[in-house]
Amino acid sequence: MSATRVQATEAESVVDGRAPSGDHFIEFDGVTKRYQARHGSTLALSDVSLSVGRREFVVLIGQSGCGKTTMLRILAGLIRPTEGEVRVEGQSLWRGERRDDEALAKLGLVFQDPNLFPWYSVEENIALPLRLRGVRKSERRERARELSELVGLSGFEESYPRELSGGMRQRVAIARSLSYRPEILLMDEPFGALDALTRDKMNLELQRIAEATKATVVFVTHSITEAVFLGDRVVLLSARPGRLRSVTPVQFERPRELDVETSPSFAETVRELRHQLEEDEEKNP
Amino acid sequence: MRDLLRGRLLPWISTLIVLVLVVIVWKLIIVVFDVSEFVLPQPEDVAAGIVDVVKTDGFWGHVRTTLVETLVGFGIALVLGVALGAVLGRIAWLERALRPVIVASQVVPKVALIPLFIVWFGFGVTSKIVIAAMLAFFPIMLNVLLGVRSVETGHRDVMRSLNAGKWATFWRLEYHSTLPYVFAGMEIGIVFAIIGSVVGEYLGGNQGLGYLIVVSLNALNAEQLFAVIVILTLIGLGLFLAVIGLKRFMIPWHESVVGADQASS
Repeated sequence: MSATRVQATEAESVVDGRAPSGDHFIEFDGVTKRYQARHGSTLALSDVSLSVGRREFVVLIGQSGCGKTTMLRILAGLIRPTEGEVRVEGQSLWRGERRDDEALAKLGLVFQDPNLFPWYSVEENIALPLRLRGVRKSERRERARELSELVGLSGFEESYPRELSGGMRQRVAIARSLSYRPEILLMDEPFGALDALTRDKMNLELQRIAEATKATVVFVTHSITEAVFLGDRVVLLSARPGRLRSVTPVQFERPRELDVETSPSFAETVRELRHQLEEDEEKNP
Repeated sequence: MRDLLRGRLLPWISTLIVLVLVVIVWKLIIVVFDVSEFVLPQPEDVAAGIVDVVKTDGFWGHVRTTLVETLVGFGIALVLGVALGAVLGRIAWLERALRPVIVASQVVPKVALIPLFIVWFGFGVTSKIVIAAMLAFFPIMLNVLLGVRSVETGHRDVMRSLNAGKWATFWRLEYHSTLPYVFAGMEIGIVFAIIGSVVGEYLGGNQGLGYLIVVSLNALNAEQLFAVIVILTLIGLGLFLAVIGLKRFMIPWHESVVGADQASS
C-alpha cells in the first residue's frame, strides 16, 4: 500500500477498511472532500480509506449528512475528491480535471430516484447507455429485452415511465445501469422511496441480479436492517467530518432469504450497529 | 357509453349549451333594453353579416394578409425566442448582465410601441410582422430560458455518470426537457402574434382584418364589425389548435398532453 494509506490507518488505528479477500478491486485511498461554501468550508469526508474486493457487496451506512452519498458520488466520478485518490483495478478515476473513460465504463450507478427519461419508453430508457455508446438498434433492443426479463419487467418494454409503479421504475433504472455490463454497481439508497414490502422484494431481487451479473456492489442506505441483510461488510461512517467509524463483516451465506433476519446473530449485528449509530448521533446531534 | 358521454362528448355538448345561452342572453338584452342595432345587432344579422363579409371582394385578401403577418411574425419570434432563450439559459453571466434590459422590456406596454414601429417600418406588411414578432417573442424567450434552466439535476447526473458528451446530452436530454417549455411559450405567443398584427392594422395601412374592423366602425356597420370579430376568433382558435396539435405530436409523453388525454378518455 502507498504511504498515505499507511498513515491513514495509523491515525485512525481502529478501523481497517481493507477488503478481507486482500483483493483491492476498488480503492479509496485517503479520500478527503471539502465543500467550499460562501462562509468557510465543510469537511464532508476526512481521509477515508476503504477497499472493496471483486464481487463483494459493501454497504455504507450512517446518519444523514455523514458523507455516504458523497463517497458514492466520488466513486461514481460525479464529484472529484479534494485530496486522495479512487482507483478501480489500480486505475485512477481522475486524471487531473478529466475522468478516466475506461474506469468509468466499469461503473453503473443507480440513484435514489429512478431518474428515468419520461420521453423514452422502458426499452429506450434501458438501452440509453448503449445508444450513447453507438450500439446498433437491433442489438440495443435485444439487450433491453434480456434485461427487462432479468429485472422482472417482461412485457412492459413499450410502456412509458409514468405508467409504472415506483418499484417498477426503480427496476428500469437498475436495468439501465446494467445495460453496458459494468463490473461495479453503485447504488445510492435505491429503495429508500419504496414501501417496506416492495423493498424486501427488491432486496431479494437485487441479490439475484448481483449473483447473475457477477457484479461488485457498493450500496448506500440508512436502514441498518437492509445493510445487514445485503452486505458482506457493513461500513459505518460517522458524521462531521465523515470518516470510517467501523467495518462489520456479515457472515451469512449469499444469496440470503428473508428469514435470516430472524436469526439471533442477525439481531445481534443490527443491535451493535444501532448502538454505534446512536453513539455517533449523540456526539453529533 | 356513460364514460364516453362524460369524457369525449361532454366538452362539445357544454360548448353548444354555452353558445345557445349566449345567443339567448344576447337577444334578451336587445329586447329588454331596446338596444339600437348600431350598437348591438341581432345574432342572426351578425350571421348574415358573416356570409356577406365572406362574399365581399377582397375579403380573402384581408384574411391572407393577417394570416401571413401573424405566421411570419410568429415564426421570427419562435426562432429568435428559442435561440436567445437557450443562450441566456446556458450563460448565466450574460443573463445576469441583461436582466435589467429584459425586465424593462417586459414592463414596457408593448402595444404603446406600435405607432413607433409604423413610423419606422411603414404602413405595409413589414411593420405588422415586426409587431407580431415582438409580442410573441417575449413569452417564447422567457419560457425557453426557464426550460433550459429546468433540466432535472438527477437527469443530468445520469448523463454525467454515463460519461455522455455535450452533443449527446443535448439531444437525449436537454432538447426533450426543454420542448414542453417551448410549447408553453408558443401557446401564448401565437395568440399574442394575432393581437399584434390586428392592432398594427388598426393603426395603419389598408389591408388585413384589423383594417376591415376600422372600416366597419367608420361606416357604423355593426353587423360587419361583429362578423369580422367572429372570423378573427375562429382564425385565432384555428392557429391555437394547430399549436396544440403539434404539441401532442411532438411531446405525447408530457403531463400537459397526458393529463388532457386522461381527462377526455
